[in-house]
Amino acid sequence: MKTGIVVFPGTWSDRDCAHALLEVLGEPVRFVDYRERDLGDLNLVILPGGFSYGDYLRCGAIARFTPVMNAVADFANRGGLVLGICNGFQILQEARLLPGALLRNASCEFRCEWVQLRVEQSDCAFTVDCRPGQVLRIPISHGEGNFFADPHTLESLEANGQIVFRYCTADGRITPEANPNGSLRNIAGVANARGNVLGLMPHPERACEPLLGGDDGLAIFRSAIHALNRVAV
Amino acid sequence: MAAVIDRFALAAVALSADEYRAIVAALGRDPSELELGMFGALWSEHCSYKTSKALLRQLPTEGPHVLQGPGENAGAVDIGDGLAVVFKIESHNHPSAIEPYQGAATGVGGILRDVFAMGARPIAILDALRFGPLEQGRNRHLFQGVVAGIGGYGNCFGCPTVGGEVYFDPAYSDNPIVNAMCVGLVEHDRLRRARADRSGDLVLLVGADTGRDGIHGATFASVEMDERSAARRPAVQVGNPFLEKLLCEACLRLNQLDGVTAIQDLGAAGLTSAAAELAHRGRRGIDIDVARISRREREMSAYDVMLSESQERMLVVVRPEAETAARQIFDHFELHADRVGSITSTGRIRVRDEGAVVADIPLKVLVDGVPARSPASEVPDKQPSLGMPSIEEPEAVLLDLMARPNLRSRRPIFRTYDHQVQDNTVWGPGFDAALLRVPGTTKGLALTTDGNPWYVALDPYEGTKAAVAEAARNIVCSGARPLAVTNCLNFGNPERPFVFGQLQESVRGLADACRAFELPVVSGNVSLYNETSERNIPPTPVIGMVGLLDDLALRCPAGFQEDGDLVFLLGDTSEELAGSEYWRLIGARPEGRPPIVSLEMERRLQAALLDSIGRGVLRCAHDVSDGGLLVALAESALFSGRGLRCPGITSPVSREAFYFGESQGRVIVSVAPRRVPELQKLMAKHHVPLHAIGVVGGEDFQVGSDIRISLESLRQAWETPF
Repeated sequence: MKTGIVVFPGTWSDRDCAHALLEVLGEPVRFVDYRERDLGDLNLVILPGGFSYGDYLRCGAIARFTPVMNAVADFANRGGLVLGICNGFQILQEARLLPGALLRNASCEFRCEWVQLRVEQSDCAFTVDCRPGQVLRIPISHGEGNFFADPHTLESLEANGQIVFRYCTADGRITPEANPNGSLRNIAGVANARGNVLGLMPHPERACEPLLGGDDGLAIFRSAIHALNRVAV
Repeated sequence: MAAVIDRFALAAVALSADEYRAIVAALGRDPSELELGMFGALWSEHCSYKTSKALLRQLPTEGPHVLQGPGENAGAVDIGDGLAVVFKIESHNHPSAIEPYQGAATGVGGILRDVFAMGARPIAILDALRFGPLEQGRNRHLFQGVVAGIGGYGNCFGCPTVGGEVYFDPAYSDNPIVNAMCVGLVEHDRLRRARADRSGDLVLLVGADTGRDGIHGATFASVEMDERSAARRPAVQVGNPFLEKLLCEACLRLNQLDGVTAIQDLGAAGLTSAAAELAHRGRRGIDIDVARISRREREMSAYDVMLSESQERMLVVVRPEAETAARQIFDHFELHADRVGSITSTGRIRVRDEGAVVADIPLKVLVDGVPARSPASEVPDKQPSLGMPSIEEPEAVLLDLMARPNLRSRRPIFRTYDHQVQDNTVWGPGFDAALLRVPGTTKGLALTTDGNPWYVALDPYEGTKAAVAEAARNIVCSGARPLAVTNCLNFGNPERPFVFGQLQESVRGLADACRAFELPVVSGNVSLYNETSERNIPPTPVIGMVGLLDDLALRCPAGFQEDGDLVFLLGDTSEELAGSEYWRLIGARPEGRPPIVSLEMERRLQAALLDSIGRGVLRCAHDVSDGGLLVALAESALFSGRGLRCPGITSPVSREAFYFGESQGRVIVSVAPRRVPELQKLMAKHHVPLHAIGVVGGEDFQVGSDIRISLESLRQAWETPF
């Protein structure tokens, strides 16, 4: 597997994602500059977290116009695996590769803390190693992660099984208290209809080593690796 | 005095008539308006340390691990594996009092630049904050703005905010303390000094364009504030953390390039200070052409350009043949760079504007020539210790204490800070010390800031000693060995004898404690004139400390770990309540003798702890500090959600002092029952008193017949929102 990690001006979890993949999982990675127009032989592309272009104007609104995003869209349309984490999720929405919008947190504050996610779908490429209902403990770190979509879109997301993660309690219940940012229906991560593009607000790359508080995030990266290997076979 | 200069012109640059005469004598002529402005900035207290310099000479600054002591952008200490830890703390009190969000944000921005100017990647931010009570709207405005500003800058930049402290006291109303510490890592051979020592090198100004913001910020930080201070709002700068992120990545890449002589950030006193210090450290001169500097506004004068404190700017000095390679790096990050001058052999700073020389000053005079000030001082009398008020209901007192703004959980604050980015945070905020992994090794760095303002107010010497002791104790509780100190000395107006006396005593305490613990002071900052409308802040030294843990596997947490573990108190308790949170809770007057640190006892305690933790004897260790023993025990219980049962405790001191006194040199530890004999032996070996306290377990926090509270009630009190 070859993973590309896209670096926009202001991206900062590029190095964290590389650490998780390379140091923890032993997977080769390559940084992809936002000016690149060709993704070459990559088979997984990660849009990491950060504050691309300072999040000025609107999160992700400027990054979506960079040359690399055309290549990412082509790659996604060809069925390539794309993972957007936090700011990467916001950029994928701005680029219309994922549905919905991410509004300011209901608390109106930035939140950095561990949360629990319930895996809603295990047939997405990024959750094939999980079982439905499994609870993952992964941190969030954002000011604008409040998932919003119109009722029609929400219904179609539910019907198509595109809601991959919801914020939940430690025992897997979906409650208002478990929702850290006011997201509609506790939505933490959604996929496109084809299931090859996933965006989520939590940072799985921060949850890959027990030393740093937990390694539930590995399930997401390992799933992608296994999904790709399965295709290759 | 020269006829062209009147006292109003001097007041505008905050120079005295004597200082003006010294300038005229050194130049052999009257300074131009620009030159006077440059002197005003570099001879300000903030830049020149003219009042504190003589005192600071007492501080130990050397040690076998010190790679860089004070005098550079930040200090640097060896941590093995060819790596150095680079760190410094700095104040941004005055700007934050006027515009809290931008004041705090640019404080973080400034200290980040200090660290990456040394070639180090910033890996952590800590903040020491002091505010007036939040019941007053103005204080709440300052508090919310400062916290949002710290988060706003650090989160966007991508450096985790992993620790710090916040205290509230009426004495800080309208004059908040905002100190930011930054810690970075660099390979030894890439550690960079901001020293331009080669004539003919080119000087590049990189990053933001220069605007009128912050003109005379350094001067403004060196005078007391009054009702007119709000009118100085244009002197506060606005931060752009996105640009700083690009600047940081560019500087780190530049640092790998041959032919880069020096990197210097533009902070207080802007280009004037950066250019002058850079050239003077290298014993060279510098020519600057202000006409070549990109500006944000039209019609800016040379004066505006030289004294602007626009943020996110760096000076980069390169050999002529390296300019192209340097520019390729700037282009990669879409950064703008102007070639603004060159390094000369003249020993002078010469400023040109459209060909005309508008300033020409010997650097020795500008940087080092300020006459030292030695104001009158009045050392406060030692206060007698006072009698003890007695308590009727320890349980109610404990709950009240846990909910006090000075003791309650800081989670509502630190969860607005990204404390995990960069994937090194083993323990973030909320514990004795933050613990970070050193990437690529099994080592950890323990980081803390400390400074109990009430002890210092009662006795600046003892209080500052206690701050150093507590910082070291916090580091040691995690299992790490203290390495070195940075400090920020926040005081009032030193022209008042009692304030200068506080400063003298505080520095003496800092020096004595650092010597006793063999800790070099490698960087620091002095913030004086924290006075608003004739009200001075309490003396507020803040100690930043860095420790090294050789093997993260041996780290020692602060919370109880296993039911059935036995809890002990290490160290003795004295009849000390003055200066404690309990003292303030019961409304006692702020007088008496604060807890006194025995440096000898403290050394033994810390050696014993490191010995025990290194042998894996301890399951947890937590410093007994603000709030006293019961608060420390309650915290250890709440950290891990495990209760505690203590049989009736007998103590030679009063129940009040034992439960709520803040005697120094004490730590609570928990151990598995089978390892108790080992603990006893180790404590006997180090001559540290050991007192049995109780057993971990259950849902309650129970102390003899005095206290029985559910953990849930305790948590509710502790988690009272701000």
